[in-house]
Amino acid sequence: MSATEHTADSPPRGITRWLYATNHKDIGKMYLLFGIAMFLVGGLLAELIRAELLTPTMRVLSPEAYDQVITVHGLVMVFGALMPITAGLANYLIPIMVGAPDMALPRLNNWGFWLLPPAAILLVMPWGLKLIGIGSGTIDAGWTMYAPLSIQSGPGADFAFIAVLLLGLSSTMASINIIVTIINQRAPGMTMMKVPVFVWSWLITALLLIAVFPALMAGVIMLVGDRHFGTHFFSAAGGGDPVLWEHIFWFFGHPEVYILLLPTAGIMPHILATFARKPIYGYKAQVYSFCLIGVLSVVVWAHHMFTSGMPTAANIYFMLSTMAISVPVAVLFFCWFGTLWRGAMSFETPMLFALGYIVLFGIGGLTGLVLSDAAADQQYHNTYFLVAHFHYALFGGPIMGVIAGIYYYLPKVTGRMYSETIGRWHFWLCFIGFNVTFMPQFLLGVAGMPRRIPDYALQFSHLNMISSISAFVLGASQLLMVYNIVRCIRGEGERASDQVWTGARGLEFTLPSPPPFHTFQTPPVVN
Amino acid sequence: MSAVPGGHDHYFVPEPSPYPILLAGAIFLLGLGAAFLVNSITLGWAPLAGGGGLVAYVLYRWFGRVIGETRAGAYGLQEDRAFRWGMMWFITSEVVFFASLFGVLFYERNIAIPWLASFSDAHSPLSTYAPWPTFHAAWPSGGPAGKPFATVSPWGIPALNTLILLSSGVTITWAHAGLRAGNRGRLGWGLALTILLGATFLVLQAREFAHAYGELGLTLSSGVYGATFFILTGFHGLHVTVGAIMLSAVLARAIKGDFTPQDHFGFEAASWYWHFVDVVWLMLFVFVYWL
Repeated sequence: MSATEHTADSPPRGITRWLYATNHKDIGKMYLLFGIAMFLVGGLLAELIRAELLTPTMRVLSPEAYDQVITVHGLVMVFGALMPITAGLANYLIPIMVGAPDMALPRLNNWGFWLLPPAAILLVMPWGLKLIGIGSGTIDAGWTMYAPLSIQSGPGADFAFIAVLLLGLSSTMASINIIVTIINQRAPGMTMMKVPVFVWSWLITALLLIAVFPALMAGVIMLVGDRHFGTHFFSAAGGGDPVLWEHIFWFFGHPEVYILLLPTAGIMPHILATFARKPIYGYKAQVYSFCLIGVLSVVVWAHHMFTSGMPTAANIYFMLSTMAISVPVAVLFFCWFGTLWRGAMSFETPMLFALGYIVLFGIGGLTGLVLSDAAADQQYHNTYFLVAHFHYALFGGPIMGVIAGIYYYLPKVTGRMYSETIGRWHFWLCFIGFNVTFMPQFLLGVAGMPRRIPDYALQFSHLNMISSISAFVLGASQLLMVYNIVRCIRGEGERASDQVWTGARGLEFTLPSPPPFHTFQTPPVVN
Repeated sequence: MSAVPGGHDHYFVPEPSPYPILLAGAIFLLGLGAAFLVNSITLGWAPLAGGGGLVAYVLYRWFGRVIGETRAGAYGLQEDRAFRWGMMWFITSEVVFFASLFGVLFYERNIAIPWLASFSDAHSPLSTYAPWPTFHAAWPSGGPAGKPFATVSPWGIPALNTLILLSSGVTITWAHAGLRAGNRGRLGWGLALTILLGATFLVLQAREFAHAYGELGLTLSSGVYGATFFILTGFHGLHVTVGAIMLSAVLARAIKGDFTPQDHFGFEAASWYWHFVDVVWLMLFVFVYWL
């Protein structure tokens, strides 16, 4: 069979290497590059938002365009940037970490990836259609797509819903593949309690995706039904209830936060241990925390809906169960500190981003506790406090985490060292830029500035201007990362050693940098 | 060189394949066509039809390739386990999909309707805000603004359909036992009977839909009852159709002489799916038609 001969270490030539890829490293790289490109697109949209909010009165965007920009910013960042980047890391690393030659189902793997660009095209296509006079632009109902707004929205909403169906299919296929790889492809001797923390974090992530994404797919199908086929799922006139959409969305949406977070929480101990030159502290505690976070995350969703009108008993239940999640999350923090404790630390770029992650995600988590209080949430919910919290939790957490991961593995993947000076500049501009952008938004929120509104009262001007100017710095600093990545891909810079970092451990650092096209043709034996 | 558990010296990694990206492109066309059509852009028929045809073609070629690899003995125990786990998790995701639809049914029936009706209670402090002061909780309900309709009796076609699907579960198990015993005749007849029962189910279900639309006044727009009724039974019917196509492919392979008493994952995958569809129907019968 010719297929088995193809384990020779020579990638196929030409464009079909990528289009027809079955190699987990190639597919992983495509996921990463696609995710980073979408990160820049989403970032550009964020800069448009901040440009509009730089001063009061409407200058840059129309209110309709503003709604569309914030909606697409959210959808692109969550589904286009973060999920593909974490999936790319999973594809590249999991087979290496468990000692497998490839993912369990390589063709399915490629299908999962190639469903993403069509989804991205469908999402932005309505802007193009508007130019030729069809529709009113893309979806404008917010990334949460709340009914009845999303039901009354223009044709762009249908494109977005279908994009969500494609994304769901993609995520489900990728998750099946990851679970099967972890269950089935481990090298002899690689027991479940020996696999690296990152692999565990992705196992829980993939299980969560399978447990919740089909619910969102069912939900958007019902939205299309309400829009075009006369159903009344979310309309009281037919006995339905718009709040039902919120339940469906957040049944998906809350676990989604952990779907974004867990893979980066899984990379964290690897990086911390490497640069503290110590073994990972509390492996089992972290694994059990991931499991507990996974279970809890599917039973707390309605804490996003305290202001939507629910019975008091429901509010109290969702408040308490949400607060309970802080326990396993605190265990993770404890283990990260334990790993750092009395370590011989050095502060290369990945370590800086990892420490930044701990600080910023810590702030995101603690402000989350404020919002989880059902009574306090009445005050904070529709304000910039929530926007600031969300960005501390999702930029401060997953994005800082994936940037740390990208710097950590860039020399391994490309075989070249990035520029440490530029890396450090990137970190400090990003870290300071982020805080100066979003810290004022906590204050704006407490002062009562509502979210999602393109204009604001005069008393909010100063803080908004600070936030906007800093957001431009934050956005521009990401280009330094792009420069570093391009430099490494072009083969400039020092050669990376096999171990890359002096304190690095793990199967991936026993391989050459870059690793051969097919890592393990025969399984390694793990003692 | 140490051997992989399952007797392979080499892992199997497939060659680069055009099918995944083609399938993604086909699904893009399907989605594009659907997005155009629901917005009354009739041009959408072209990508919809093209995408549908391409999906069918690619799936045929892709599965054909996998079947060819199976026949050539490219797969070992590890690949076999990967396929099994893969199918199992795929069915799990389908279970979540249907569980969400059932969740919607329970929510509309037990939370949304009573809540809406609670505004009409004269003693309620909210009664002055009642948008429909005369609306009272009941099930089935088309909602406060719905037109009257009648429901499908569970003891007519639905009960018969339950019997048909349960029998098809028996016939496919009978076919499986035949396959394992090396009795090819039983395999073929068992599969053919199962497909026939599935097709009968679909025909009866289509007649029931026609009856609902034509005589009972029960349509997609009959409030939450109509919406949940048709989305649950409709998606179930779609899954029966997919299952019947799978079984037909398995039957065609069986006639060509595929499958051995020991090694027949293609058959098992289709039969797992069929049993899953069967269980969903039982839930439907109880919660949609009966209770």
